[in-house]
Amino acid sequence: MKNLGTIFLLLALLTLPLWVPDQYYLHIVITTGIFIIGAMSLNLLLGYTGQLSLGHIAFFGIGAYTSALTSLGFDIPVFWGDGRIIHEAWHPLIGILLGTFVAGVCGYVVGKLSFKIRGAYFVIVTISFAEVVRLVALNWVDLTQGPMALSNIPPIGYNLPGLGEMVFWAKAPNYYLVLALALIAYVLIRRIVRSRMGRAMIALRENESLATSVGIDVTRYLVFAAVVSAALAGAAGSLYAHYIRIIDPDIFHFIYTVTMVIMVVTGGKGTLAGPIVGGVIFGALPVGLRAVAAPEVQWIVYGIAIILIVFFLPRGIVPTVSDYWHRKTGSAPRHTRAMPLASSKQSPEQAT
Amino acid sequence: MTQATKTQKTILSIDHVTVHFGGLVAISDMTFDVKEGELVSLIGPNGAGKTTAFNVVTGFLRPTQGEVHFRGVSLHKLKPHEVAGVGLVRTFQRTSLFTTNTVFENVLTGLHRHGRATAWSTLLSLPSMRREEAKLSEAVWEILDFIGISHRANELGGSLPYGEQRLLGVAVALAANPTMLLLDEPAAGMNPSETGDFMELLAKIRRRNISILLVEHDMRLVMGVSDRIVVLNYGKIIAYGAPAEIQANPEVIRAYLGHGVKHA
Repeated sequence: MKNLGTIFLLLALLTLPLWVPDQYYLHIVITTGIFIIGAMSLNLLLGYTGQLSLGHIAFFGIGAYTSALTSLGFDIPVFWGDGRIIHEAWHPLIGILLGTFVAGVCGYVVGKLSFKIRGAYFVIVTISFAEVVRLVALNWVDLTQGPMALSNIPPIGYNLPGLGEMVFWAKAPNYYLVLALALIAYVLIRRIVRSRMGRAMIALRENESLATSVGIDVTRYLVFAAVVSAALAGAAGSLYAHYIRIIDPDIFHFIYTVTMVIMVVTGGKGTLAGPIVGGVIFGALPVGLRAVAAPEVQWIVYGIAIILIVFFLPRGIVPTVSDYWHRKTGSAPRHTRAMPLASSKQSPEQAT
Repeated sequence: MTQATKTQKTILSIDHVTVHFGGLVAISDMTFDVKEGELVSLIGPNGAGKTTAFNVVTGFLRPTQGEVHFRGVSLHKLKPHEVAGVGLVRTFQRTSLFTTNTVFENVLTGLHRHGRATAWSTLLSLPSMRREEAKLSEAVWEILDFIGISHRANELGGSLPYGEQRLLGVAVALAANPTMLLLDEPAAGMNPSETGDFMELLAKIRRRNISILLVEHDMRLVMGVSDRIVVLNYGKIIAYGAPAEIQANPEVIRAYLGHGVKHA
């Protein structure tokens, strides 16, 4: 039953540009998809490892700017002398890889920091980190064009012998790119959380002293979660830069971190489907509202929706629905022993 | 019952450990040891410094003075998670579990040290990682059977009755493959029949050659299982010896045991 649903969903996603021909709606799907990837990455750090990192948009933006600058090239004066640092434009795909990498490095720094500074101070530091990055992007005009924005960012494309050449000007190829990254992100996160590493991260969230007493290294897993989380956000940011093709320091605004947190928390933090459900709702809601209500009313409805969900479904939509479903259908126990080898057929039935 | 002889090796030695919290002296010049295979109990009134001693031994707290050696190795440079790595595992005084995980998952998390999966083998879902997960699952069932809570495997840790939560705590500690266990009031809140079962469990654990340092208030339990007893009062050791000696020690009776209580 579950597999049939998954196949159907995948088919729907793969053929989406066919049944959403309207370019405006396709655009909404793409940007929502990019933010869902951001939400999924935040979920790894916030939901599974329990670290309230409120600077997540910084990784997204760093990925975007790194990728954009790599593929545009730049020519800036050196601080100390007469020289200049010149970078030739590189292929956008390299930009994406670099954007992911640089964001990951920043994640490493945040991870290492989080071990020294815990609790409320960590939250403050992460918020400040994002704000500082925003100010750097705003003021380092030579490099980032500041408020005048980096524009004309080249779209992604490829040039392979045999497959020919294609540049992704249209929306449909960009959609598939985002879908591919989303699927990769989902699979990676799923593999992590269902493994020994995932158990260690959840243990840190649930009861750090107990985790330590059985040998789980706090720093190591916090850093790992932060690096993967930041790298995925950076990849999403890079895609964003090459799709929208113009980015400015507003991309680092706190409101985008808040949006991702809302997606994670209302969808269900610490679940795989949570950020996706939250992302779909809060990506589609503004669009749906735009058609029927004035801007002020939109924001009010948006706020009411958040309050209602957090009030009535405090654990989030996915855990609540999932529990309801399991109670109604009386599902099988999650952990069962392997069949003893004494029986004639050896079929280990294990679901962990 | 007593196994300690002069020829046995020392597994844990606490030498002149002193712990000051600012002006407050929590532990003063504590010296005792545990021999391999022994069960030593640490008793004393609340606030005497027993949990502080545990925190020092397991690296959660740095002593102001003094040293702790485990199997000859000094523990002083180790981080808390590394202490488990050398084979020394503790349980906690207040029930300490992963409450949103099932009993099965709690013990599986405790098996962390057994796993070798790296980031790459996890992300690529290599067969070696999946084989390891299967082996770990078997190990979980083995531990659950040993402790006697297999029937609770699919229930959430936080939803167990209190006595079984304490047992789960011991199960998680055993999963970390210790050579020595530090049990902090494991029988707290257990009724007499559960305490009797727990004494048998302790005997089973000892048959696996695991040495034990036990903090407890239940005197029937303490007198029934200990090879030696260390009595702590206001951070100082006031008596140290076999159960019979401790029961007869006037200072211990005055400070802690009281009169008119029949012991096992």
